[in-house]
Formats: sequence, structure tokens, C-alpha cells
Amino acid sequence: MSILIDRNTRVITQGITGKTGQFHTKMCREYANGKECFVAGVTPGKGGQDFEGVPIYNTVKEAKAATGATVSVIYVPPPYAAAAIDEAVDAGLDLVICITEGIPVRDMIRTRYRMQGKKTRLIGPNCPGLITPDEIKIGIMPGHIHRKGKIGIVSRSGTLTYEAVGQVSALGLGQSSAVGIGGDPVNGVKHVEVMKMFNDDPDTEAVIMIGEIGGGDEETAARWVKDNMKKPVVGFIAGVTAPPGKRMGHAGAIISGGKGTAQEKLSVMEACGIKVTRNPAEMGKLLKTVLG
Amino acid sequence: MNIHEYQGKELFRKYGVATPRGVPAFSVDEAVAAAKSLGGREAPADGKAPVWVVKAQIHAGGRGKGGGVKLARSVDEVKALAQQMLGMTLVTHQTGPQGRVVRRLLIEEGADIRKELYAALVVDRGLQRVVLMASSEGGMDIEEVAAHHPEKIHKVAIDPVAGLAGEDAEDIARKIGVPESLVPQARDLLKNLYKCFDECDCSLAEVNPLIVTGDGRVVALDAKLNFDDNALFRHKDIVAMRDLDEEDPAEVEASKFDLNYIQLDGDIGCLVNGAGLAMATMDTIKLFGGSPANFLDVGGGATTEKVTEAFKIMLKSPKLAAILVNIFGGIMKCDVIAAGVVAAARQVGLKVPLVVRLEGTNVDLGKKILADSGLPIISAADMGDAAKKVVAAARGVAVAA
Repeated sequence: MSILIDRNTRVITQGITGKTGQFHTKMCREYANGKECFVAGVTPGKGGQDFEGVPIYNTVKEAKAATGATVSVIYVPPPYAAAAIDEAVDAGLDLVICITEGIPVRDMIRTRYRMQGKKTRLIGPNCPGLITPDEIKIGIMPGHIHRKGKIGIVSRSGTLTYEAVGQVSALGLGQSSAVGIGGDPVNGVKHVEVMKMFNDDPDTEAVIMIGEIGGGDEETAARWVKDNMKKPVVGFIAGVTAPPGKRMGHAGAIISGGKGTAQEKLSVMEACGIKVTRNPAEMGKLLKTVLG
Repeated sequence: MNIHEYQGKELFRKYGVATPRGVPAFSVDEAVAAAKSLGGREAPADGKAPVWVVKAQIHAGGRGKGGGVKLARSVDEVKALAQQMLGMTLVTHQTGPQGRVVRRLLIEEGADIRKELYAALVVDRGLQRVVLMASSEGGMDIEEVAAHHPEKIHKVAIDPVAGLAGEDAEDIARKIGVPESLVPQARDLLKNLYKCFDECDCSLAEVNPLIVTGDGRVVALDAKLNFDDNALFRHKDIVAMRDLDEEDPAEVEASKFDLNYIQLDGDIGCLVNGAGLAMATMDTIKLFGGSPANFLDVGGGATTEKVTEAFKIMLKSPKLAAILVNIFGGIMKCDVIAAGVVAAARQVGLKVPLVVRLEGTNVDLGKKILADSGLPIISAADMGDAAKKVVAAARGVAVAA
């Protein structure tokens, strides 16, 4: 088992004819069942063509009708990416994963507003995507560092997710699914929603939750964990040394008005029963101590 | 991106947000000309003399307390103040101890202030909406008000399609103590402020104070606007207002090479791929007793060119005692990164100790390239090991390569 995606998931790549879309579609198709999973691409005006045998359609709606795909991954450039999410939502997809970094916040506010009451779940934007090892990889993460296993990983950061994955794999454990939810201030699925899914997934035994400065999502997830989580959770928060008022790479990684500090998040997580480490090199080791 | 107060007020006026009349001045002569053209506030009924305000323009708050906002009662006083302020280093609680050099002034007509209020628009991440936040306690540090009198801060979330509703704006205006007769004026100002925020892709629009004047007007006495960097591609006019003198030269230089760089005050340079890992690397250095000199995310492509430029920028810091390169090579292969690091170290003639931690695809090949380079590169097994080694190296302790 896993969360959100598995070998039976069928995926549309939006922006398949761009350089990034092509490269990562190729990498994803080479991973596990990728060739069966990635069934369609969308680029307006290029319908009827194909990319390495993957048929291209003009719209998400057409791609869905022709292939039965229920998930899309977006590599569309920032000025048009929010509209690409809107299109996927309007086509009634179950899950949309937006990799694109640099979408204006104003566009995302409008897109999230349009999504109210719709069934579509959004992961990202500005995220590495998600993977269920040995089954399917949707996104830009290096597939080979993963191992099939029972640890769930959720993070706002890409490379820090890889760091956690690498440590878990090196310990001989593996991942049920690893989800990068992205570093933007206005995004889709939050830590807490992923935590709920891991809690309900019979094949996930423990979770690593990685956060960073800015906002209050980690605190929200921690409080939920305290009241509901049946599995052990360990955590790390990046940005203890980050100065206030400076945007640390990710648009959402900023301490504003004294809120969203790493210390505050770590305190709440600890108070909610999550074991935390200040040393990101020891996320895996810490995890091992909580496994039964 | 940030802009100056005078630029913010120009935008405000364009959107129908009332401000005092004012003219920017880059020299003493311009300040005098500005004062003359403004004529000062017309003598009020009490017969007081005209008043001008001379305001230092820097990208930091707390200017009043730092001596960057002064009243003048004659054109000669304006001249004297302009001479004093232009070129001075203004230190406020937001500039840090080194302060900022004042290069621009705003000469404004004085205002007859009856009430000082506060209004701001910010993005609320939890609600995923823009929120109007207002208070009766203007002119103060709003974080103080929030901490001690949260009941005096009023908020309303704005519908992104309909915009700020008239009744919501009126309600907020009444709650912060705008006199009933001026509520319609305050409502229009707030609605226009939101229009400005929305159309210009602001990330913050703060008016502190928003004032009620003796002659019954609601006016923005200050203007602090920040813009969403991701949206600047569609605002050439706003980009034109960027003042590079207000930005850290190292950060400006880095942005030319698409490097995400933030100058800090430590002595250990960090070069990392990914924002989260870059922050975590800084944290680990601190955990082991060191102090990071910078935040640097080289992004997905740590090419020789990018690494070379990054080294050059870091080496400009006189304090720099060691460099830590921490790369989790995913799509980028470790051997390619290692070759880039070696080439960059040679090109800049690196003198400070360099600790490199590589992980990911082709890691063994990458480590071999580092070892075979003949350069005194210290290789590390993991992030913790890397941090320990770089902290020791920065202190001049010999570390095994």
C-alpha cells in the first residue's frame, strides 16, 4: 500500500513538450512501472503529436477522455502554471502535482479560490512531487535513492526530502511514499493532510515530517498528530539560523512579524509528542529509535 | 522587492489613495526647490507658520526614532536638514548596527494630525487570502500592538474575485475609530489600497500611520510596499523603481548568476543545492559551534560557472575562514559536480579550507575526482561530519582530507 499513487495510477504530463517536461517524463517513464503509468501529454496546439510514443493532446479534458488518466503533473512555466492547474481541476482530475517554481502568489490565491468545493487535490507548486518506491515516481526526485518500505516522508523542501530518503534507505529501511508538498506560501495539500493519509495507510509504520520556517502548517500538523496519530512521528525544522524578514530561497520560507520561527515550530512539535532532532544528519537514526 | 516611501506614495496617488503632497529630492538644491514648490502646509486657522517634513528615504522602518524624519518651519530649515541628512548613515532597529547611507529625501507638506491609525494588506497563508488588517493604534510598531493588545487589531479576509467589499471596509473603518462623517472616505481609500495591492502584485502594503487630519481628510502618511518577486515579470514599471543602493552588493551580484544568496555575518561560507538543505546546512554548522557567512542555494544545476561565481562572491567577505559545499546530487550527478568544484577552486585560487560533502548519483566517482585533484579538499561522509570538519577548519585546526 501507499498513499495517493501506486502502480495503477495513470498520469498526464502538462507541458510535455518543454525541456523540463520532456526530461522528467522520460526519467519517470524509466522508473518502475512508469511506461504503463505515463499515458498522455498536454501541450496546447500540439495535439496529435507524440513524445517518445506518449500521445499529446491539446487539452487535459481530451487527454483524460482518451486515456482515463486521473492524475496530472505540471511543468508549465510560471506565468501560465496557475491556469494549467485550473484546467486540470476543471477536467475533474483527482490529483494534480505542480512542480513549477515561481508562480505569483496572486495567481495561486485565485486558483485555490476556484478549487473550493472541487474534488481535485493539489500538491505543490514548487515541489519535487511524490513517489511510491518500486511502483511509480511522479516528479523530479532521483528514483534510485528510494527503497520500498514502511516509512512515510513529508516535506516542504526537495533536497531535504532526498536527504531523509537517503538516510532511511541507508539504514536498510524504506519508504511507503515520500511526498514533497512544496515551498510556496499558498499551496495545495499541507503536512496535516498527508499525515492523515499516512495514518490511514496500513503499510506505513512511522513518519518523518520535515518543515521549515514560515507559516504555521507544521504546528497545525503537530496538534493533529497529538490528538489522532496512531504511529510514531519524528521531525526536523530547517531555518534555526535564518534571520527574520529574509526570504530563504523558498517564497514561503520567511519569518515575518516574529512568527514562523524554527524554534516555535520545534517547541510545538515536541509538546505534541513528536520526537525532533536539531541535526538533519540524524533524522534516520532518530526514526530508528521510535520503531517498535 | 521593496521600494522607497516616495515611490510607494506615487503609486498610491495613481490608485486614488490620498497622501500628503510631496516631492523627492536627491540633492540639497532639489530639496530647496521642492520646499518652494510645495509652499508648506497652508497656515491653519490657528495662524501657525507653514510646515514641511524632511524624510530620509531608506528601505527600513524606524526612521523617525533614528533621526531620519524632521520638521522644518522655513525653506532655510529644509535646506539645513537636507544638508544634514543627505549622506548621513541612518541607524534604526531595522538597519542593523551598520546603518544605511541616506541618498534620497522626500520633502512633504506638513500634516495636521488628529488621529493616527494603522492599515495593512498582507497574504494570510492559512486562509490563502489577502487580509486587511487595521488598528486604532497607528504610529506604533504593529508587532507590539499585536503582542500586547491583540483586541485592537481588526482583520477581514478579501474575496479574490469580488475585491474588498464596501461594507467590510466601512466596518473596519468604524472599528478603528474613523469619525462617522469620514467613514465613506476611509472606505474608498481602503478599497483603492486593495486595488493597488492586487494589480501591482504586492506582498505587503502597509500604511503606518493612516491619519485623520484637522480639515477632515483621511490620508496615508507613510507607504511601505513590498512586491512578490515571482510576479515582477509582468511589472516593468515597478522593476524600474528598484534601488540597488539599498540591497546587499553580494546579493545583487549573486542574483545576476541566478544564485539564491543571502549575506549573513559568520565566517563559514555555504554552497548547497536546494533551499531546505541550504538552511539545514547553516543550522548544522551552528549546531557544531560555527557561524554561517551566507545562505546559498545554487539550485538544480551546480555547474562550474555557477560554483566559480559563488566562490568569488563568498571570498569577497573578509571574514571568510572556510567553505562548506553540501550537494545532494539527484538529477545532477556527483562526478559532474565534483569536477565543477575542482575547476572553480582552481580558477579562483582558493586559499581557505574547503570541505565537500557529496551524496547521490555517482558519489564514489565524485569523491575520487576530489581526491585526485591534488587540491586540499576535505571530504566529509555526511552533513554532520561536514559541519564538524568545516567548523574545525575555520578555527585553524588541521583536518584530515
